[in-house]
Amino acid sequence: MTIRGAAFIAGAYEHPDRKIPGKSIAQVHAEVALGALADAGLSVSDVDAYFCAGDAPGFGPISMADYLGLKRLTFADSTETGGSSYIAHVGHAAAAIATGKCRVALITLAGLPRSQPVPRPSASAQAPEAGFEQPFGPTTVSMYALAARRHMHEYGTTSAQLAAIKVAASQHAQHNPNAMLPRAVTVEEVLESPIISDPLHRLDCCVVSDGGGALVVVAPEVAAALPRQAVKVLGHGESPKVSAGGPIDLTYTGAVWSGPRAFEEAGITPANVDYASIYDSFTITVLQTIEDLGFCAKGKGGAFVADGALLAPHGALPFNTDGGGLCNNHPVNRGGMTKVIEAVRQLRGEANRAVQVPDCQIALAHGNGGSLGTRSAAATLILGREDA
Amino acid sequence: MTTQASLPAQSLPAPAPAVNPETREFWDATAQDRLLLRRCRDCDAVIWYPRAICPECASLNTEWFPAAGRGRIYSYTVNHRGEGAYTGLPPFVLAYVELDEGPRLMTNIVGADNAELAVGLPVEVVFHDTGDGAALPRFQPMRD
Repeated sequence: MTIRGAAFIAGAYEHPDRKIPGKSIAQVHAEVALGALADAGLSVSDVDAYFCAGDAPGFGPISMADYLGLKRLTFADSTETGGSSYIAHVGHAAAAIATGKCRVALITLAGLPRSQPVPRPSASAQAPEAGFEQPFGPTTVSMYALAARRHMHEYGTTSAQLAAIKVAASQHAQHNPNAMLPRAVTVEEVLESPIISDPLHRLDCCVVSDGGGALVVVAPEVAAALPRQAVKVLGHGESPKVSAGGPIDLTYTGAVWSGPRAFEEAGITPANVDYASIYDSFTITVLQTIEDLGFCAKGKGGAFVADGALLAPHGALPFNTDGGGLCNNHPVNRGGMTKVIEAVRQLRGEANRAVQVPDCQIALAHGNGGSLGTRSAAATLILGREDA
Repeated sequence: MTTQASLPAQSLPAPAPAVNPETREFWDATAQDRLLLRRCRDCDAVIWYPRAICPECASLNTEWFPAAGRGRIYSYTVNHRGEGAYTGLPPFVLAYVELDEGPRLMTNIVGADNAELAVGLPVEVVFHDTGDGAALPRFQPMRD
């Protein structure tokens, strides 16, 4: 059994604001939910499945379904794999639709880390690893920095090569009127920005933004009756990466497993991908992911990106044409949702004109949750045009 | 790359670890300057972080044994932006050290000039008392 062609993304919506004072988190979930349903041509009363992750306030999908008035749910899922959750949710929604559990699935993400900053929740004291990591002061940036350092050691990757990823994202962001950082930057500017945790500079890091997004995944017969162009779900793969008591390896991600599964289900190879949304919490995240997905050989990511491969519309692998988490938006420090939304825009031909990939037929959206420096979860989604 | 020197070892905070019945013996040993590791009696895997189950073969037949306390830096970063107990401190070093016994553990490198930090640098364990019946295993360059 496969989800290929069993479900379609009929609605996608990204909150336009990057700072949202005076609203609650649940309220922003509602705004993006209504935005995606309106995009699809559906209403709250059509929704029979709801998906949310750790950003949703309250008791998982129960609180939000109550708040939103989702009265006829037959399916709920609160898979929490950090920033990759929403990419996994699309796969789970497609599987649920394929097995007849639901027909209209709503996925929401929203949060307000800028307007309502809360202390970063330290790893739960009950987490089995907590005592062996937290006392040493790991931070999100420093754990990715550990991965960057090791990749540099093994493969000769340089800070200038990592900077090329930020430069490409900023080239794209300048065409996005909603981007938080819309100015194009140079490699030198990245390298001259302050060190946060070496070798990562401030401009190697994603933005922190309020906001959110939502998706509506529907059964084929529902999509066929809607006026908007839908996007076909072709394949999905996901894989937590753990070291399971063995020595941690900081040079690769779970994409080495999630990618092949998604490509196989979709019946394509990396060479068939016209556009890729690649999770970009940090520049090193992109570098490792494109290697692990097979867009270039392992260890050759630095040369690949420095050669302009990521630049839209004509690079070898146009990526993150909205500016990504590095420049546009990284709502609630969880980038998976916006990755899917921009892939949908590309397949509908609705990306910003300067970065629209001509005749975009196949798009990939990839997320990574957790930390490259400890343990993480990868999710890969392959999407195609409605007639793919 | 920064040129600032690391903090003197004793000035790093030593937050108390979360301890539970499964890990109590490990932390009790650190208070006596001993580093314990967990080993599987069935498949001989050396397990990090310590736990009752062997994640290689799913055996519950595991035991403690003393580590030599030596290894090499697997990766490191000089973090300029500490959080929690490390907020506002001068840059400090977070690292993974690969022990001679195999595991790679998260730790801090202390007593090193940043200029001498390198992947592969030989290091040895030192214990920093948390004041809570445990000590943090940190590592410093070998000075033989």
